[in-house]
Amino acid sequence: MALSNVLQTPAAGFNFDNATRNAALQSFFKGAETPKAMKTGTTIAGVVFKDGVVLGADTRATSSEVVADKMCAKIHYIAPNIYCCGAGTAADTEKTTELLSSNLSIFSLNSGRKPRVIMAVNILQDMLYRYHGQIGANLILGGVDCTGNHLFTVGPYGSVIKVPFLSMGSGDLAALGILEDGFRPNMELNEAKELVRASIQAGIMCDLGSGNNIDVCVITRQGVDYIRPYRESEYKDDRKIKYKYRPGTTPVLTEKVVPLKLEVVAETVQRMDTV
Amino acid sequence: MEKRSTDSQVKGVSTGTTILAAVYDGGVVIGSDSRASIGGDYVSSKTINKLIQVHDRIFACIAGSLADAQAVTKAAKSHLSFHSVQMETPPLVVAAASVLKELCYRNKEELQAGFITAGWDRKNGPQVYVVSLGGMLISQPVTIAGSGSTYIYGYVDAKYKPNMSREQCLQFATNALALAMGRDNVSGGVVHLVVITEEGVEHVVVPGDKLPRFHDE
Repeated sequence: MALSNVLQTPAAGFNFDNATRNAALQSFFKGAETPKAMKTGTTIAGVVFKDGVVLGADTRATSSEVVADKMCAKIHYIAPNIYCCGAGTAADTEKTTELLSSNLSIFSLNSGRKPRVIMAVNILQDMLYRYHGQIGANLILGGVDCTGNHLFTVGPYGSVIKVPFLSMGSGDLAALGILEDGFRPNMELNEAKELVRASIQAGIMCDLGSGNNIDVCVITRQGVDYIRPYRESEYKDDRKIKYKYRPGTTPVLTEKVVPLKLEVVAETVQRMDTV
Repeated sequence: MEKRSTDSQVKGVSTGTTILAAVYDGGVVIGSDSRASIGGDYVSSKTINKLIQVHDRIFACIAGSLADAQAVTKAAKSHLSFHSVQMETPPLVVAAASVLKELCYRNKEELQAGFITAGWDRKNGPQVYVVSLGGMLISQPVTIAGSGSTYIYGYVDAKYKPNMSREQCLQFATNALALAMGRDNVSGGVVHLVVITEEGVEHVVVPGDKLPRFHDE
């Protein structure tokens, strides 16, 4: 039994069922706007420092021009020593990382070993390549394992690049400017956190798709510090009225109770062996 | 990312590229630039290594779509490793090139990747093979590929001599790559060179500020 073969490779060829279904659904709309998938807009960044890796992300999820989620979690858990930031289609990044996380935990249980970052990267690469860009996930994977501190980026077509620092998402160019200017090899923890915070801040300020708060996740040999939120936005909305109404606000005029007549159609009894 | 992949034929990250390989007296030099781009105007990596070791004395350098090239070289590495276990001997360079060729030819509809394979084996010594986009495989003493190669055909034709020494061949490769990087917008960064001989493999990196300068720079 191959310990590392937890991902069952499906039958030969690409499975484009959903792509053809989407194309068919498009025809029903007859020229009107098709609903857009919820994208995370996003600025995500990662930096390798002396003792580990710092990952950062904003918390805004947009659906076209509307902010769908103000406190979206874009830093996903993969393994105790590996976390992943996701940009692109929200559903794709969420599900891909969950799938990866499940597979790695099965691997850990089977082999008795903590997973390596490069293994997570290889599994992601194989899966995204197989789907030829249909899965819109731009991921930054960071983690610490026995071979050192690593940061990788995986593109939606399945390309992998190993980097000491990087940003992705719609706000990536703004964040990259800060990272290019401020990054130095072997930074201390506080410097690295500050650099990541500043780069996400730049992304939030200069990109409409990114905003709200900043989450930071620090991964070292000793453990993980997931700080959510690391910095809150200064522009929090100040609600003047409450939308919660206490019970009894709406008067009840009449009440009518109709019991449902249920007919037993079939009955099966299964015995459980209890010790 | 969608807003960046506009005119380029390649979807996603492309290696743009200038790659070359040349046989000298006693070994082979294989080299590449280090730039990966999306859509021809965004550099997604300045320091990517396009020289992939597919076996102990065999390297392949990649051109075209980065995702396709990485997937093909992974499959090729696995095939070659299995082949060499079965044969109980290191694979021939032509075997490595053929593995890449089969993958490119059989999947030519879906793939957009080309390779230069170079290495040393006991039977034929140092060799260079080029596998093009559609899966053609030919052997040449010196070969260049990638978008930046168009600018250095003249230089390579004029300056390459068979049986150069190691130093001469390294200088020739560095000059050729520097000239191509100077003219092609999707090639750049540092120059990665690998020298493969019977004794072993040596990786040389020439950073941007140490590249040779020519008359107009």
